[in-house]
Amino acid sequence: MTGKEYRTITDVKGPLVFLNKTEPVAFGEIVELRLSDGTLKNGQVLDTSDDQVIVQVFEGTASIDKQTGIKFLGDVFKLPVSKDMIGRILDGAGRPRDGGPSIVADEMADIIGAAINPYSRQSPSSFIQTGISAIDACTSLVRGQKLPIFSASGLPHNDIALQIARQAKLVDSDDDFVVVFCAMGITAEEYNFFVHDLERTGALENACLFVNLADDPAVERLITPRLALTAAEYLAFEHDYHVLVIYTDMTNYCESLRQIGAAREEVPGRRGYPGYMYTDLAMLYERAGLVKGKKGSITQFPILTMPGDDITHPIPDLSGYITEGQIVISRELHQKGIYPPINVLPSLSRLMNAGIGDGKTREDHKSVSDQLYAAYAQGRELRGLVAIVGEDALNERDLQLLKFADIFENQFLRQSRDEDRPIGEGTLDYAWELLSNIDTKYLVRLDQKWIDKYHPNEKKN
Amino acid sequence: MSEEKGVIYRISGPVVTAIGISPRMYEVVRVGDEGLMGEVIELHGEQSVIQVYEETSGVRPGEPVIRTGQTLSVQLGPGLLTKIYDGIQRPLPELEKTMGVFITRGVDADGLDLEKNWQFNPTVKAGDSVSPGDVIGTVQETTTIEHRVMIPPGISGKIKEIKSGEFNVTQTVCILDDGNEVQMMQKWPVRTPRPFTKKHAPEVPLQTGQRILDFLFPLAKGGTAGIPGPFGSGKTVTQQQLAKWSDADIVVYIGCGERGNEMTEVLDEFPHLIDPKTGEALMNRTTMIANTSNMPVAAREASVYTGITIAEYFRDMGYDVALMADSTSRWAEAMREISSRLEEMPGEEGYPAYLSSRLAEFYERAGRVETLSGGDGSVSVIGAVSPPGGDISEPVSQGTLRIVKVFWGLDAGLARQRHFPAINWLNSYSLYPPSLDQWYRDNIKTDFPEVRTQISSLLQVEAELQEIVQLVGSDALPVDQQLTLEVARMIREFFLQQNAFHDVDTYSDLKLQYTMAKAILSFQEESKKALAGGSALEDVVNIPARTDLMRGRFESGYEDRIEEMLDAMSKQIADTMEDN
Repeated sequence: MTGKEYRTITDVKGPLVFLNKTEPVAFGEIVELRLSDGTLKNGQVLDTSDDQVIVQVFEGTASIDKQTGIKFLGDVFKLPVSKDMIGRILDGAGRPRDGGPSIVADEMADIIGAAINPYSRQSPSSFIQTGISAIDACTSLVRGQKLPIFSASGLPHNDIALQIARQAKLVDSDDDFVVVFCAMGITAEEYNFFVHDLERTGALENACLFVNLADDPAVERLITPRLALTAAEYLAFEHDYHVLVIYTDMTNYCESLRQIGAAREEVPGRRGYPGYMYTDLAMLYERAGLVKGKKGSITQFPILTMPGDDITHPIPDLSGYITEGQIVISRELHQKGIYPPINVLPSLSRLMNAGIGDGKTREDHKSVSDQLYAAYAQGRELRGLVAIVGEDALNERDLQLLKFADIFENQFLRQSRDEDRPIGEGTLDYAWELLSNIDTKYLVRLDQKWIDKYHPNEKKN
Repeated sequence: MSEEKGVIYRISGPVVTAIGISPRMYEVVRVGDEGLMGEVIELHGEQSVIQVYEETSGVRPGEPVIRTGQTLSVQLGPGLLTKIYDGIQRPLPELEKTMGVFITRGVDADGLDLEKNWQFNPTVKAGDSVSPGDVIGTVQETTTIEHRVMIPPGISGKIKEIKSGEFNVTQTVCILDDGNEVQMMQKWPVRTPRPFTKKHAPEVPLQTGQRILDFLFPLAKGGTAGIPGPFGSGKTVTQQQLAKWSDADIVVYIGCGERGNEMTEVLDEFPHLIDPKTGEALMNRTTMIANTSNMPVAAREASVYTGITIAEYFRDMGYDVALMADSTSRWAEAMREISSRLEEMPGEEGYPAYLSSRLAEFYERAGRVETLSGGDGSVSVIGAVSPPGGDISEPVSQGTLRIVKVFWGLDAGLARQRHFPAINWLNSYSLYPPSLDQWYRDNIKTDFPEVRTQISSLLQVEAELQEIVQLVGSDALPVDQQLTLEVARMIREFFLQQNAFHDVDTYSDLKLQYTMAKAILSFQEESKKALAGGSALEDVVNIPARTDLMRGRFESGYEDRIEEMLDAMSKQIADTMEDN
């Protein structure tokens, strides 16, 4: 493509620049804008026709005037990728932020990322032990899964994400994880917290960070996760790494998406978010997984803060429809002083059944987890009843379940930030011990053969 | 037709505007230098608006647009079963061969294998008169399914020549007097329903082996059902259970805008699953369409039509076909996305104003019909709906509920208690029982409908009692009502809950369902007697035989042992009287 520079801007609106032009411009093409003071900005073509081209400017449209020169670079957005990205901190547009040299590209990778052919995928089935009982027992994580943390402001989701990043390990192999961390619009303070913790534990050497902070351009957030995932795909599928992608905060990403939609005067869907937000989020989340014939894998941990703690808000709602489950952080548990405050009832791991059981975790895992759920759910329900009628009105079974709900929260969920519980003799045995507070005849979800083998008081050997 | 060529004027995501051609509505065109597949969806003066089924990044104004003269069609013939397609009937394994693991674009692939030879066995002879829909021969497509080759719509006459032997799908197997040649493959435009003679009332249940569905809210063969539910409530598991266990001859499974890993799971699992009826792999009767959420949105819009056209084709052979669409909300969202790119005036929540009529047209393609050749075939449609926030007052759920006859309402609360399938028995409904009851009386037991009514009214009574319990606690109720609560709990935990991942519990046939329901009722009956005879409720509900009965359903051979267990139960209940 020629290096022709256009100065035909007609309108500038929010993050969008409209211009008339003379030559055909490709949809999705990358654009370089040269301001009168020589500053360079980047953008991408959102709409193109013979009469008008609409460009979305990543760094924001501040200082753009009608004299700004626009050059079409003839290609779609590509990221230079290399193994050397591990251990580096890059900004939201993929440039070094740690003062180090530029990334020397082994390859230029298209950041949009093509869809993986469902036929070429491999079903995720390797259990990842996080050492957190609530997750390991009840919403087990599997390699290649995308499991978001649904949180809200003021809750310790960052601690949980870091604890997972620190402790995550495969039970069936010694391979380590490489962490790709993608920050979108988080505060400098949160960023420092992450970097400090990664440094403290030495994990930074095994991580690659893409950082867009709260005061960086909002539109840039739309490409940051795509860059992170492109790097993750390269590391996983070209270099056989097991990659754990943590991105925070998806809510900021969606806000940026809404901003662009509004600037384009699109017909909005629910709460002003664009109608294509589902597809757009899917194009990020679906980049998790395993592929037949490749050793590496991508496991995703998106963190999102639910506006107003509302799980039906479009951001958690659409995410939940795409991701393979969710881990829900509860304000109620947090206020009771329980860490990690994971409410297992609305939490779910869709791939759990594929990753647990004999040979993976333990044969009784499914039964135990079902029983924990059922007993805790009924116990919590009874709390409401007790508030009205008092404990005297409960029968024996209900009293035991009521007590169990407290035990479950205070002993099973609660653990320290450094406590790494192994699945078998840690989490599951502990679950049995706690379940033994309930009369065996009420434990209908447990197979008799597991009761005979694992129940602390009824073991038959 | 002569090749007509225009140029691209504008590109906005999946919507491309072309000038210089005057195509028909819904005609397929080739877009750009790479020949991306697209479909004309609007004519606007000089401009033709095209939805493109592939990613449009890098396409420029000025590139060519070429008419094909055809509307979006599928290839129908031997070789459809066991296949997995994308939304526009490109086989995914073929795409992997040409593109690698990531789906790129500009690759065309035939829906059927045009090279493969099939053994064609004629069922007519020269001189016979045939008309559209008549079967002229058969091909053993898979070990269980015989593919019936039919005269395509629009052709009829006397047979001049009929062949026998090995042919591929494009070779002529039959010549008519008027010179018309018939091949095993036909093409059919996906947006047009295939013709039939007339629609019958549905009278036979589609048996699914899922107790709450078959027993309380049955679907008829040729019927329509909607499954709305928030995420995590088990829509996909329910759909997959239906695909696995329903007693249809053919299953078409459409993964429309859903998760990639879920489709992979189906692909991995189905070939290993055994059909309880035939003992053969379930895959042999299945065709799958997978257009995951990150694949092009226009192809997602087309995928449900591709699926239902394949379903209708098998129906025309006289088969009972079950079609699962997971999820119709994603299809509706694809419509919304395209509509907003067209800058159409939106209806409710940004959905296009024609949303409900499109939904109605789609579900109306279900039905039990008399085929053109006089046979009997059916297409049952089960559509999952994913309402935002689980709130079914939104347009897609409402549009669906106005049409479908069965509503299986999934409930987040039940899912949280791990009560699966999480179908709410209080607000779900089926309008089919009146037309199916005769079948149950004739084929299962004469009092089947009455047993069903007893079970569902027990659940109703429980709901009312629970309201009181919430206020005063269960101990305050009279003893017979406490018993009712216990019986209802038994219905919920023993009968309605069913573990899809358990080898034995995953499927219960109708006879077993009836026996289990009867067992619960006889527990109630005998306990009542015992209570009247002075037994304590505590003793009656805690008899070990009851626990055995409930746990027993997880063990194979349950049907054979259930009588024995019931005898033990009667005895133990009677014993509680003697203790006093």
